[in-house]
Amino acid sequence: MSLAVENLAVHLGARALLADMSFRLENGATLGIVGESGSGKSLLALAIIGLLPEGMQAQGRVLLDGEDLLALPESALCHRRGARIGMIFQEPATALNPAMRIGEQIAEGLIWHRRIDAAAARAESLRLLDHVRMPDAQRRFAFYPHELSGGQRQRVGIAIALAPEPELLIADEPTTALDVTVESEILDLLAELVAEARMSLILISHDLGIIAGMTERCLVMYAGTRFEEGPKERILRKPLNPYTLGLLAALPERAPATGERRARRLAGIPGNVPSAGRLPPGCRFADRCAMAIAACRPVEPAWRALEPGHGVRCIRAETLL
Amino acid sequence: MSAPVLEVRNLTRHFRGRGSAPALKAVDGVTFQIEEGSTLGVVGESGSGKTTLARLIMALDRPTAGEVIFAGHDLFAQPAAELARLRRGFQMVFQDPYGSLDPRMSVGRIIAEPLHLEPAAPRGAARRARVAEVLAEVGLAPGDAGRRPHQFSGGQRQRIAIARALISRPQLVIADEPVSALDLSVQAQVLNLLMDLRDRERLAFLFISHNLAVVEFLADRIAVMYRGRFVETGPAEEIFRHPMHPYTRLLLESEPRLEKGKRRARPAPMREDRAGDWTHACAFAPRCPHATMDCTARTPVPTALAAGHDVTCHYAGEI
Amino acid sequence: MSAALESPRRPPPALVAGGAITAAFILLALISRIWTPESPTRIHIALRLKPPLAAGLLGTDPFGRDVLSMLMAGTWTSLSTAFLAVALGLLLGVALGTAAAALRGRFEEAAMRSADVIFAFPALITAIMVTNIFGPGQATAVTAIGVFIIPVFARVARASALQIWARDYCLAARAAGKGRLAISLEHVIPNIAGTLLVQATIQLALAILIEAGLSFLGLGLPPPTPSWGRMLNDAQTFLDSAPWLAVAPGVAIALAVLGFNLLGDGLRDLFDPRRDRAP
Repeated sequence: MSLAVENLAVHLGARALLADMSFRLENGATLGIVGESGSGKSLLALAIIGLLPEGMQAQGRVLLDGEDLLALPESALCHRRGARIGMIFQEPATALNPAMRIGEQIAEGLIWHRRIDAAAARAESLRLLDHVRMPDAQRRFAFYPHELSGGQRQRVGIAIALAPEPELLIADEPTTALDVTVESEILDLLAELVAEARMSLILISHDLGIIAGMTERCLVMYAGTRFEEGPKERILRKPLNPYTLGLLAALPERAPATGERRARRLAGIPGNVPSAGRLPPGCRFADRCAMAIAACRPVEPAWRALEPGHGVRCIRAETLL
Repeated sequence: MSAPVLEVRNLTRHFRGRGSAPALKAVDGVTFQIEEGSTLGVVGESGSGKTTLARLIMALDRPTAGEVIFAGHDLFAQPAAELARLRRGFQMVFQDPYGSLDPRMSVGRIIAEPLHLEPAAPRGAARRARVAEVLAEVGLAPGDAGRRPHQFSGGQRQRIAIARALISRPQLVIADEPVSALDLSVQAQVLNLLMDLRDRERLAFLFISHNLAVVEFLADRIAVMYRGRFVETGPAEEIFRHPMHPYTRLLLESEPRLEKGKRRARPAPMREDRAGDWTHACAFAPRCPHATMDCTARTPVPTALAAGHDVTCHYAGEI
Repeated sequence: MSAALESPRRPPPALVAGGAITAAFILLALISRIWTPESPTRIHIALRLKPPLAAGLLGTDPFGRDVLSMLMAGTWTSLSTAFLAVALGLLLGVALGTAAAALRGRFEEAAMRSADVIFAFPALITAIMVTNIFGPGQATAVTAIGVFIIPVFARVARASALQIWARDYCLAARAAGKGRLAISLEHVIPNIAGTLLVQATIQLALAILIEAGLSFLGLGLPPPTPSWGRMLNDAQTFLDSAPWLAVAPGVAIALAVLGFNLLGDGLRDLFDPRRDRAP
């Protein structure tokens, strides 16, 4: 499997919600997409699996093994979506049918995608529940979603996504609604399952710490476009975009551990993320950027590769080298 | 060490269960104090009772048992008028910057609301001056008083909420997850603001959060809350360097951090964690890797391991 | 976020249509106070039962009275009774509902159960009872209809007030030492006003209908004050020979009810927060 997103853009009327998105994901690779609210990271996921909200239009190409998903008719896309790309959502409660037992919900997908009979699907969904380490899976098979805890519901969400044995898994903030101890369990599980099945993973999160522990590569998004993409270690240690640098500096855990406790300060980024309708001209981060110069304002900086496998959207990236 | 601003003694709040269900012990015998100008961080997951604790201390809810003593006065033993007078000294910042500001009010009116507590509440120009003063303190412009909440971003709204908490010049601010609804870049601005206020005004904070890094950054002392009880309290550095309670350790291990690097696959705990009646046991026992028969038979009590470092565990110091 | 500022939104079509119809009726009612083509009570036997345009725009009734003038005067009767009744129901119902939400406990229980009891009586039966006790007249009609409307507003006000009480800004107001009355007046009522306005508009339509029903049964304003309901009643005997007598008040009632209902729907759409997100 290989996924290539090329010049993907999403419009709502005249407004560009997502612009100039391109990246590749090879078989078995893991990519973390990080961004604040309004960065367009969830929209990107929806555009890839072809589930954009009504009225939004995608341009560009989403190539799955060379086949453009955006050009496919809905019926064919429907099959690819479930069979080759699995999706895990932030709140599994909204993705699960509240009036259907969880075992049946998993089995339903199996019958549809793998064309197996009900008895086989039942056995297989029980195996899947066990696989995602649902405690007491045999009994919980017949539970309704509301009878499960948040972490258990997310395990069901993962089981449903894994049922058709997809080659690519997209997880959109899969642990944001969960407590930190449960989050840790779910992330451990995801990491293990992905490694075991040699799946490709796109993990979307606002939390740099989660990305750090889960993926090889990292894509930083800001206000609807990509700002930096490269190997995770490189991006987290020595980023080439002032926005990435600002995000890292804003982490409370990165506050200087030494020195007088009272003198510690966080290096926040001033201002707010601009909304899609009100992007400033030129670089969309310039108004908040400590490194902005006059040349940042007239035109939007183009995406460029500074090193092999490390791209950035900033004309001043060299100063950070 | 100066006199405590806030003293909480054996604070307990039970909610009646439905039908034959056991009472939910949202807060269960919590005792602590906060000195003038210092910050206590309360860390806990959802359902730990931290929000109920905040509401009890704000006297927005009545405890089942126990006392909240603010500046020497037991809040629940005061007549209404006296309680209103005391309220000037403690104010609150809420989690949701969208739900905590009345959308139909101007920012100026929102911020001025606690002035109602003053016997001679300022009006007209005097009131506008007070509002402008706090607006400036939180980094907003005096002209913002005439605008409405929906014209501001999440971070700016939280500044408005902080201004409202400051206008009565309190000694104590209770902040319940004040930055968890904010984006990372904006969260840092608000945390810096809170810290500046603490240092400039010698404000004491009760800072509630599920995020350890945020609490570590801001707090002098930390209390770890689990199922209505404080399982470990101590100086912030102590808690992070030498966590003693198994739950504190689990929290620290679980939090995703940049430095931790790649996740190793760990066997996920298979134990069930359901709310129940743990009166005669350690509430954490069902999830604890070190739990023994003793843990399900006896309730542990806080034990001082070092000066100001209490751990509520039978095996404190042994594990 | 602030779509309202960005682009002027087009008002919902129901709002435009409903607003136009209700405005026309209100105007008609007001004009009738200073001018009608003829006096609506002047009897002119020579011109009895003239079809439309033969005498006056809408013809005349068995007493030779001008139907258009009666219709205009009836508009005033109908609307004023409906407005007063809804005002009465709104005032008492909202007071009861918001107090129930603010005080909770036994008061809430008692208030809402008594609202249920009132609600259990059909409106018309309530009205007939009240009229039988106090005799016909506008005050009676207003009371009869208003009493029926109280529980509607009590319920709506309580349900929406409870939602507002659960917001953090009400907690913040309590932390600022505000009492239940102050919070109800400053935070709760302004924030439920939109919902109440929508409900009031819909109740106006209902009140017009009940008023017409009451006067049809002879329980409304006593003659000679013209009213739509009695015009309809009077027209019964002449349905074959003078159908216009029934058509005029019938169309007026239907149009007025439609107008207020449309206005209510339009206002609901206007206040719906989800409208902000629509492109």
